[in-house]
Amino acid sequence: MTGFLIRRLFGIAVTLLVVCAVTFCIFYLLPNDPAVQFCGKDCPPDRVAEVRQQMGLNAPLIVQFGRYVLAIFAGRTMGSGSYAVQCHFPCFGYSFQSGRPVWDLMMDRLPTSASLAIGAAVIWLLLGLAAGVLSALRKNTWIDRTVMVATIGVAALPVYFTAMILLYVVVVVLGLMPYPRYVAFTDDPFGWVQNLLLPWTTLALTFAAIYARMTRSSVIETLAEPYVRTARAKGLRERRVVGRHGLRPALTPIATMLGMDLGGLLAGALITESLFGLPGVGKLFADSLAKSDQPVVMGITLLASFFIITSNLVVDLVYAWIDPRARVS
Amino acid sequence: MTLLEVNDLAVEFTTAEGIVQAVKGIDFAVARGQTLGIVGESGSGKSVTSLAVMGLHRGAKVTGSVRFEGTELIGAPDETVRRLRGRRMAMVFQDALTALHPYFTIGDQIAEAHREHHGSSRKESWARAVEVLGDVGIPEPARRAGEYPHQFSGGMRQRAMIALALSCEPDLIIADEPTTALDVTVQAQVLDLLMRLKDERGLGIIVITHDLGVIARVADEVLVMYGGAAVEQAGAERLFTAPRHPYTRGLLESLPRLDAADGEPLHAIPGNPPSLLAPPAGCVFHPRCPVYAAADTGQRELCTAARPPLRLLADGHRNACVRSEETT
Amino acid sequence: MTTRQDTITDGPLLEVRDLGMTFPVPRGGLRRAAGIKAVDGVSFGVSPGETLGLVGESGCGKSTTGRMLVRLLDPTAGRVDFQGEDITRISQRALRPLRSRMQIIFQDPFASLNPRQTVQQIISAPLRAQGTAAAVIRREVRDLVGLVGLAPEHLERYPHQFSGGQAQRIGIARALATRPALVVADEPVSALDVSIQAQIVGLMERLQRELGVAYVFIAHDLAVVKHISHRVAVMYLGRIVEIGDKEEVYDRPAHPYTKALLSAVPLPDPAAERVRERIVLLGDPPSPANPPAGCTFHPRCPKAQDICGSETPLLRISGAGQRQVACHFPEN
Repeated sequence: MTGFLIRRLFGIAVTLLVVCAVTFCIFYLLPNDPAVQFCGKDCPPDRVAEVRQQMGLNAPLIVQFGRYVLAIFAGRTMGSGSYAVQCHFPCFGYSFQSGRPVWDLMMDRLPTSASLAIGAAVIWLLLGLAAGVLSALRKNTWIDRTVMVATIGVAALPVYFTAMILLYVVVVVLGLMPYPRYVAFTDDPFGWVQNLLLPWTTLALTFAAIYARMTRSSVIETLAEPYVRTARAKGLRERRVVGRHGLRPALTPIATMLGMDLGGLLAGALITESLFGLPGVGKLFADSLAKSDQPVVMGITLLASFFIITSNLVVDLVYAWIDPRARVS
Repeated sequence: MTLLEVNDLAVEFTTAEGIVQAVKGIDFAVARGQTLGIVGESGSGKSVTSLAVMGLHRGAKVTGSVRFEGTELIGAPDETVRRLRGRRMAMVFQDALTALHPYFTIGDQIAEAHREHHGSSRKESWARAVEVLGDVGIPEPARRAGEYPHQFSGGMRQRAMIALALSCEPDLIIADEPTTALDVTVQAQVLDLLMRLKDERGLGIIVITHDLGVIARVADEVLVMYGGAAVEQAGAERLFTAPRHPYTRGLLESLPRLDAADGEPLHAIPGNPPSLLAPPAGCVFHPRCPVYAAADTGQRELCTAARPPLRLLADGHRNACVRSEETT
Repeated sequence: MTTRQDTITDGPLLEVRDLGMTFPVPRGGLRRAAGIKAVDGVSFGVSPGETLGLVGESGCGKSTTGRMLVRLLDPTAGRVDFQGEDITRISQRALRPLRSRMQIIFQDPFASLNPRQTVQQIISAPLRAQGTAAAVIRREVRDLVGLVGLAPEHLERYPHQFSGGQAQRIGIARALATRPALVVADEPVSALDVSIQAQIVGLMERLQRELGVAYVFIAHDLAVVKHISHRVAVMYLGRIVEIGDKEEVYDRPAHPYTKALLSAVPLPDPAAERVRERIVLLGDPPSPANPPAGCTFHPRCPKAQDICGSETPLLRISGAGQRQVACHFPEN
């Protein structure tokens, strides 16, 4: 088991390094010059050259990359002379726009994104699993057909459309809630829920539809397995046959999907955050991309990869816990 | 005393392509201490029949009569049949690797059935699981009960499947291709085990298989099925030495045998098995039947007019062929 | 069988020497991969126009051997000579012209036929690969279809429109399209119903008589192998334990495993079954990943002695004929 973990962690490190290298190359090849970005539009050419020197942009690509990766673990002194700034571990550089460390920017925004993702996941899981299981157990009845038509419809709706409708109906017409703004859970748990309910629902609906369809087909497939027939042949009650012998294996692939989706969303739900003006990592990414704030964009890309890869590992561990065949001896 | 009596059993499925008459007009009976072999090729309806007896068809239309110790099961409340399943009549499936649940230990799966039917405690039911695993010849049953199906070898898994069936001391065991997934040396062990249990406990056993050798080894009475119909039934020895139905004869002649003399040719049955969606009119075997092929037009009408039922002959042999007199 | 004498020419068609296949086992960390010996030191020959049966239980390496014969797998040891040429180490490109002379057919007829191609396209594929002229191909395919007992109108249909037996006929027609000298048949009838099995076995026998093709017939069904083979090799855990003329191996088995195997097959004869003496082997065949030392059969062998656990017996001539057996204590 420890051997397995060590191997997987090593794999994660290698993958992250590759992601890092690819993102780095992409930004290096982009036409806009970081020195110009940093210095400002009307910067004279000699000043740009100076900044370029200070930022270490004249060094070969591989050296710049090495410095970047090293800084993440060891911190780094940026610039030189009177401009020298100490960037502490974990150093992802400074934002060109605000001049703040990228790490601090991301960590400020992370609670918002995590709140949005986890809350939405709870909603879509409850909705999706319930609808999917119900549909599978009532296969080919009007209930099944209604659920399937509804999920197709919901999955087809663009997020911004759902968001607009919800905002208009709930906030404007019915006045049930204020316009959402982020309130930290630690400050006001009730306000946290009240303000995030609309973004949660918006984000969760599409996922719920997809999860319902996945769950339905997975449950139908599992209930046709020979071991479910064996459970019936043993004379178990139908509830036990379905609940214990059928649902557990059927939900294993859903757990995999959840891990991947949640991992991706932790680093920001770009559209939903932008629509509701929530100050999450996704919104930060969108803003930084628009302003070519290269260090921030790179930092978030790495953060997102880290979440996705880590959640992959968690999924594998959960799998081994559920399915004895997947356990490594 | 007759343990199980099946009369005029029919099973119908509705599929996207139409209604499939999987079996029709099946009769047979099994007594305690007796082994009935049901033999047939794929699509003959032999497995469909066994699932119908156990009440395991979902979404299919099952008609006719299945009486277990006098209790009618067709049309009985689900709860009545469920209480019999696993307790009084148990099933051994073909491939134990897929038929046992991959997530639960062998012991847990056996104990679960015992708890359901006997209301026993976790401890009692586990002890029972270890006991039956020992009965079927699994070494170190106390340790192996805690293992998962994938940790068992093929032969041990099939023994565990039999242990599961035995756990509530049933009166009837239906074994559907119990050794088809096994190697021949392991098959011999499993068949011996089944026969020993039958003798020791006076079980009624139905063995369903495509393998005539397995039938010859274990069956007292044999029912031959083809295309969803019963075509012949007789005592095992009679059936193999004096088969009456042209299909049974064809089957035996097309079988390569270890005890055959060298150079003895195989006589294949021409053509292909019938489609269950659009079965041939009358006797389902007639398009492949040598007797039909050799007959003249007037005689042929006998074969195509209606599906012939099994008819009892003077010697206890039952044959569905309308021209059986000429075929013996 | 008279056919064999008629068609045998000088020299073997296929000569296999010390063939071995070790599959690597991925092990984590810095430990070295141990490897599973699926096939180990297998040697045999096949003459033109004869059938060698390769029997054994699951995991004995018979299918792996079959795949190595036609280089679907590259052996890790030993060599295969086909028509006097070592094909073990030649490149895939150099192998291509040989492919027309050696073919393989598989157990699942549907899995080996492209569902999007018509029968015409499937059967003509090997001919097109050879660059045969279109007019010739059309005539050849028509002949082949007739040869395997299908009708010309079947040519425009797709595999799913056929039954298992018919699909296997299509597979055989494709294998025979280039008039190969050798066909490796890997469990060609085990997915088929008994009544259809006999049709395919009969077809293969007829084609051998008419075309002089040699078969390596791989199967677990001892009765089918007995029926179709001239010579038989019995495999256990990656090795040949007995090989010889069919009559000798079946009627006077020399290896205790062969004997037990034959006695375990139920005969379709209840009277004979009742009085038959059976050797019931204990346990399951061991895993090739962890084979017993010495003779791999010794833990299940009723005749095992001390030497069997330490020394691996080699194939030796036993008895009057050419039959060889790998046992320290062969039956008389």
